[in-house]
Amino acid sequence: MHMADALLSPAVGGTFWAGSIGAIAYASRKLRENLDDRLIPLMGVLGAFIFAGQMINFTIPGTGSSGHIGGGMLLAVLLGPYAAFIVIASVLTIQALFFADGGLLALGANIWNMGIYPAFIAYPLIYKAIVKKNASNKVITIASVLSVVIGLQLGALSVVLETKLSGITELPFGTFLLLMQPIHLAIGLIEGFVTAGIVIYVRSLRPDIVDDLEGVKALSTGGSLKKVIIVLGILAVLTGGVFSWFASTYPDGLEWSIEKIYGKSGVPERQNPISGTLTEIQKKIALLPDYSLPATGKEEEKPSWPAVDTITSLSGILGGIMVLVVVVIFGIGMRVLRKKMRKT
Amino acid sequence: MSHHILELKDVYFSYPDGTEALKGISFRILHGESVGLTGANGAGKTTLLMNLNGQLFPTKGLVSIGEIPLNKNTRQEIKRKVGFVFQRANDQLFMPTVYEDVAFGPVNLGLTPEQVDERVTNALETVGCLHLIHRPPHRLSEGQKNAVAIATVMAMNPDILVMDEPASNLDPKSRRQLINLLKGFAHTKIIASHDLDLILDVCERCIIIKDGRIAADGPAEEILLNKTLLEENNLELPLSRQKR
Amino acid sequence: MTFDSEYFNIGYLDSLSYKDTFVHRLDPRVKLLVSFVFILFVVSFPKYDISGLIPFFIYPVFLLTAGDIPLRVIAKKVLVVSPFALFIGIFNPLFDTNVLLTLYGISITGGWISFMSIMVKFTLTVSTALLLIAATSFLGLCEALERLKLPKVFVIQLLFLYRYLFVLLEETFRMLRARDARSFGKKGRDIKTFIRLISVLLVRTVERAERIYQAMLSRGFRGEIKVLRRHSLRFQDFLFALFSVSIFYIFRHYNIVNILGETLGRTLR
Ligand SMILES: Nc1ncnc2c1ncn2[C@@H]1O[C@H](COP(=O)(O)OP(=O)(O)O)[C@@H](O)[C@H]1O
Ligand SMILES: [Mg+2]
Repeated sequence: MHMADALLSPAVGGTFWAGSIGAIAYASRKLRENLDDRLIPLMGVLGAFIFAGQMINFTIPGTGSSGHIGGGMLLAVLLGPYAAFIVIASVLTIQALFFADGGLLALGANIWNMGIYPAFIAYPLIYKAIVKKNASNKVITIASVLSVVIGLQLGALSVVLETKLSGITELPFGTFLLLMQPIHLAIGLIEGFVTAGIVIYVRSLRPDIVDDLEGVKALSTGGSLKKVIIVLGILAVLTGGVFSWFASTYPDGLEWSIEKIYGKSGVPERQNPISGTLTEIQKKIALLPDYSLPATGKEEEKPSWPAVDTITSLSGILGGIMVLVVVVIFGIGMRVLRKKMRKT
Repeated sequence: MSHHILELKDVYFSYPDGTEALKGISFRILHGESVGLTGANGAGKTTLLMNLNGQLFPTKGLVSIGEIPLNKNTRQEIKRKVGFVFQRANDQLFMPTVYEDVAFGPVNLGLTPEQVDERVTNALETVGCLHLIHRPPHRLSEGQKNAVAIATVMAMNPDILVMDEPASNLDPKSRRQLINLLKGFAHTKIIASHDLDLILDVCERCIIIKDGRIAADGPAEEILLNKTLLEENNLELPLSRQKR
Repeated sequence: MTFDSEYFNIGYLDSLSYKDTFVHRLDPRVKLLVSFVFILFVVSFPKYDISGLIPFFIYPVFLLTAGDIPLRVIAKKVLVVSPFALFIGIFNPLFDTNVLLTLYGISITGGWISFMSIMVKFTLTVSTALLLIAATSFLGLCEALERLKLPKVFVIQLLFLYRYLFVLLEETFRMLRARDARSFGKKGRDIKTFIRLISVLLVRTVERAERIYQAMLSRGFRGEIKVLRRHSLRFQDFLFALFSVSIFYIFRHYNIVNILGETLGRTLR
C-alpha cells in the first residue's frame, strides 16, 4: 500500500514529511540516549534482512496467489519501537529510491503509514500489553495477529485520508474505504500469522534472540508506557488538527465527498483565519500559483486546459506536441553532444 | 623492545549453553613466530582464537599478551595489540568504502586525519590493493575482500596477527597470492586453517587441537608429515606431500 | 521469479551511479533538493491540468541524457512499477463524468482528463526518483542526508542496510536455489516452508550482526562512526540549482504549451 507521489498534493505530502522527519528525530534521540552499541550493526543488517525476505514469495492458502512479508511488526518485536521505526523508515527510503515504490514526496506519508502505526501504536499498546515473558505460542499468535491487523487497518485508513485530502481522486470516501479496509484485513491476517510463526520458530531455535533483546528493548523504550501514550495523544491531536484544517479549507477534501453524497451544493464561503494568512503568504511567495487555498481558489476548478472552446483546446494539443518534440530533440542533442565529448 | 610473548595457561572455555569448547589449553608463542592451528571441524580453533583478544573470556585459566594479563580492564589495549582477521571478509568489511573500512581502526585510535591517511595508504599498499581504495566492498572479488580485510587489521599496527580460516573462500590464484602475502609479513602470526599446505608454506610451527585439547605441538614440517598423527585427528597429509 | 529481476535491478542502478558525468559530479545535496522541488512543482498542478505538466519532461530527460543513463532501464521500471496510482486513478473516469471538452463530436469527461493528469504526474515523479539514484551514488545521498541534518543514527543505519543488502540478497538467493532444488513444483512454497526458511535466514542474520559487532570492537569501536564527507558545493552546483528552479518556476507560471499552441494557431489562421 505504498502511497504514490502522483496522488498527493504538496500540502498533504509536505505535512506527512514533516511528521515523519519529526518522528525519525524523536526516535533517534530516544535511541541515542541509551543506545546499546550492539544495535548499530543489528539494525542495519535486519533492515537488509527485511529486504531480502520480501523477495521470497509464499503461496497464500486457499487462493493460489503469492504474497510476501511486510515485516514491520516483526522488527518491532525484535528491536523495540524506536529502533524498529528507524529500520522501517530506512527500508522504505531504499524502496522509494531503487524500486520507485511510492516516490520521494510520498515517502513521508509511507513512513508514517507503515512505520508509526506498527512501531508506536500496535506494538506498545497491543503486542506488548498481551505478550509477557515466557508467553505461550497461542498468546504470541493472538498478539501478533491483533497488532498486525490493527496496524495495517490504521495504515490503510491513513492512505485513504491522505489521498482524499489531496483531492486528486474522484473515489467517494466510503467507496474508497470499502476498497481498502477489507483487503488490508486479509493481508493483515496472513501477515499476523506469518509474523507469529517466525517469532515462535526463531524462539525455538535461539530463544535469546527474542528474549535477550528484551534487555535492549527495555532500555530503548525509555521507561513507561505512559510517555508513549502521551506522545501518541499529542500526535493524534496534531493529526486531527491538520486533518480538520484541511477538511475545512479544502473543497476537494472530505467535505467535497460529503457534499456529493448529500447533494448539498455551495457550502457557504468561509474565510478562516489560518487559510487567510496562508493565502497572504501564498500570494507573496506565489511559487505555486494554481495550487491555491479557497480564498483565491475560485478558479481552482477551472482547468487551464482543456478550455471551453475547441479552438483553444486544439491549439493546446498542438502546443503539447510541439513541446514534446522540443524535449525529444533536446534529449537527442544531449546524447550526440556526450558522444562527441567522449571522442575528443 | 618487548618480546610480545603470547601465553596461555590452562585455558578452559564453556559456551552459555554448556558446550565445553576448550579443556585446558597451554602454550607460549615467541616474538616473530608464526604458528598454524589446525584440527577437525568443531575442535575449538575459532573458540581459542576468540579467547585471545577478549571477544570471549576464559571460564578458567589465564591469557596474557606481552606480559599483560587479559581481563575486562585490559581488553581495549589487547585488542590493539592483537589484530584479528575474521573468517568471513564480509563481516569484517562493514563500512561503505574500502578507504573508510581501513580507516575505521585508525580513526578509533584517535589519530589525526593525516596519520589516518598514511596508515590507510600503507596498509593497502602492503596487501597490493591501493587501487581499490574508493570501491564499495560489494564491488570487490572474494580475493580482494580478503586482502582488504587483512589491510583493515594491518592499519592498526598490531603486534600479533590472528587469522581464522583465511583461505576458505578463495580460488587457487587468490590463495596463492594470500600465501605470498603472509610469508612477507614479519609479524607474529597465528593462523587457524584446514589448509595444511598453507600452514606448511607459511608457518614454522603447528598446533593440532582435538576436542578442546592440544593433541600435538611442534615444528610444522614434522607434524604435518606425520601420517598417523594426522589421521588420528581426522586430517590428511598436505596435498603437496600426498603420493599418488 | 521476481527475485532475480529485483536483485539485478538494484545492482544495475548501483553500477550506473559510479559513472563520471556532469550530473554524477554535482553535489548530492543539490541533486536531492532540486529533484524534490521538481516533484513539488509537478504535484502542485490542479487535477485537470495536463498541458502545464508537459514541459516538465525536460528535467528527467536532462538527467537521463547528461547522466548517460540508458532510457530502457528507466522506461521499463516506470511501466512496471506502482499499480497503486493506476488502480486509484482509474476510478476517476467512473465517478467524474462531467463533459469538459468536445472534440469533433467525441466528448471527453473530466474523469479521463484527471486520470491522464495522474499518469503524467506519475511518470514524471517516478522517473525522476529513479534517475536521481542512477545519477548519484548511494553514499553520496547518505552524505547529503547527514549534511541536511537528518539524525546520524538514521544515516548510519541506511549505510549499513545498503552495505549488507547485497550480501543478504546473495545468501537468500542461495537458500532459494537450495529450496527449489529440493522441492518439486509448487510444494516448497507453502507457508510452513516459508516460515522455516525465513526464520533460518533471520537467525543467520542476527548471528552475522554479532560477528560484525565483534569485528567493530576488535578495531576499537566505541559507539562512534564517522560519515565521510567527499563533496563540496562548487560554482556549477549553484548554477544548476538556480537554473533548474528558475525553469520550473517559469513552466509553472506560464503555460508554455498554450502560448505556443495559440501562437501557432494564430499563424495558421
Ligand atoms: N556460540 C556457540 N554456542 C555454543 N556452542 C558453540 C558456539 N560456537 C561453537 N560452539 C561449539 O564449540 C565447539 C568448538 O567450535 P569452534 O571453536 O567453532 O570449532 P572450529 O573453529 O575448530 O571448527 C563445537 O563443538 C561447537 O559446536
Ligand atoms: Mg572455526
